[in-house]
Amino acid sequence: MHNEHSDAHFQSRIDSGEHIEAKDYMPEGYRKHLIRQMSQHAHSEVIGMQPEGNWITRAPSLRAKQILLAKIQDEGGHGLYLYSAVETLGVSRAELIEQLQSGKAKYSSIFNYPALNWADIGAIGWLVDGAAIVNQVSLQRTSYGPYSRAMVRICKEESFHQRQGYEIMTTMMRGTKDQKAMAQDAMNRWWWPALMMFGPHDSDSPRSSDAVKWKIKRETNDELRQKFIDKTIPQAELIGLTIPDKNFKLDEKTGHYTLSPINWDEFHRVIAGHGPCNKQRLEHHIKYHEQGAWVREAAEAYKIKHSKKELQTV
Amino acid sequence: MTTKEATYNYVIRLGDNALILGHRLSELCSRGPILEEDLALTNIALDMIGRAQALLKYAAELEGKANTEDDIAYRRAEINYHNYLITEQPNGDFANVIARQLFISVYEYLFFSELENSKDETLSAIAKKAIKEVKYHKQHAIDWTLRLGDGTAESHKRLQKALNDLWMYTGELFEMDNIDTYLLHQHIAVDAMALKTKWQSEIDRILTEATLSVPEDTYMQTGSKKGIHTENLGHILSEMQYLQRAYPDAKW
Repeated sequence: MHNEHSDAHFQSRIDSGEHIEAKDYMPEGYRKHLIRQMSQHAHSEVIGMQPEGNWITRAPSLRAKQILLAKIQDEGGHGLYLYSAVETLGVSRAELIEQLQSGKAKYSSIFNYPALNWADIGAIGWLVDGAAIVNQVSLQRTSYGPYSRAMVRICKEESFHQRQGYEIMTTMMRGTKDQKAMAQDAMNRWWWPALMMFGPHDSDSPRSSDAVKWKIKRETNDELRQKFIDKTIPQAELIGLTIPDKNFKLDEKTGHYTLSPINWDEFHRVIAGHGPCNKQRLEHHIKYHEQGAWVREAAEAYKIKHSKKELQTV
Repeated sequence: MTTKEATYNYVIRLGDNALILGHRLSELCSRGPILEEDLALTNIALDMIGRAQALLKYAAELEGKANTEDDIAYRRAEINYHNYLITEQPNGDFANVIARQLFISVYEYLFFSELENSKDETLSAIAKKAIKEVKYHKQHAIDWTLRLGDGTAESHKRLQKALNDLWMYTGELFEMDNIDTYLLHQHIAVDAMALKTKWQSEIDRILTEATLSVPEDTYMQTGSKKGIHTENLGHILSEMQYLQRAYPDAKW
């Protein structure tokens, strides 16, 4: 019989498809990997509110404004939900935010690109959320229970977001010449970064092997990316958008699309902090966090004062 | 003035209040002091824009010119906007946002509780929905008024300043012009002036509990019923209406 606190017992639970729960034994490497991945996911939801928030006040109809507000509210809710899930691993939200602001923790690099025209809101929903969903659907089967359950809940809302994004693109492609140009411009700018969201090729992905062994990751970066490509290209063609890649083609034998090589220099450059908006996104987060310090202090002071009062009256 | 014309104007005013306050609140997205508050403010903004859409849609029907609610929201100039001046005031700090929310939500709770009884069925239905939402907006504003008022010396000072600064815009909430009076006699509109005593006593009670002072009476700013605004509205509209104005033939 395995010792309940042994790595061998842990691995046998993983191999038999069991969920690991917060109080269960887990190797330190597993815990660390989860904290890194889940907090990165939570931070991405929160930072992702910025490029979309950039268009709320300019949304071109009352309906579009409400959909966008509701979507951003969902993203913030996902952030909260994921922070709570990371907290089950023994790290506080304050620590996680500190890690984000110091640059120790990352968020999805896609949000270091700017949202420049209204079609970008469509492209973010369709391509960015679309890529995220492919990843998140796979993560519903991840081995850590709280993360898996968070993903089940989040996937429901994300698929709604993706449809809304595609609806914006469709409307614009049916619209005026200017609208079509905006939609194609957004497609040109978001297509490659969306493909990079899945991370480096499997052959270049240093942490993949542990994550696959521990069933945190159920499918590899390249498998997930291919699913996204195969699903998305027909959607683009259906509404008349051009894929910004002269070499893409459908391989009749495999049924998969093949593309030009991804520009990994750009990927690494943006991750290293040199994307168009890295500085802006982080500074925005820090600025409003600092501006809110007196509010958080007041709420805390009020809580302490009034819990004392309650104690005195008991 | 026919009842229909008067109702159109009345509905526009209510719709504009919701739209412009919703716009201001939506500016706060990703700028809250904590994530929970970001969600709460976005949620209130969403309620406001939803209410604006329902009201402006009704205004478009009353107008009878085949305009949509979006035409009304996105193609009108400042002078034809009739939101209360308080709704267009800049967000400022969180204390200012809360002070504005407190004054407006306490008012709106009283207002929609009366409008629910309107003889105009559409307005009554919109009021019924609004009350449910405003109940939450009001509780949110009261909770934060208490926390900030009775929190730290800094939060107390900031909120007191915000309350004092916004006080001069609260007089407008209780004004009645000939449109209001005409519709009041037909049991369509609310007697806003009659809400003042209740509003004042509720604000007094909340501020006292929050260890804050009720601002001293001052000259009350006015103008929205005539389309005379503060300088803020022009900037809100130039941002909000940008796409519709720049691409007038486009459908979104």
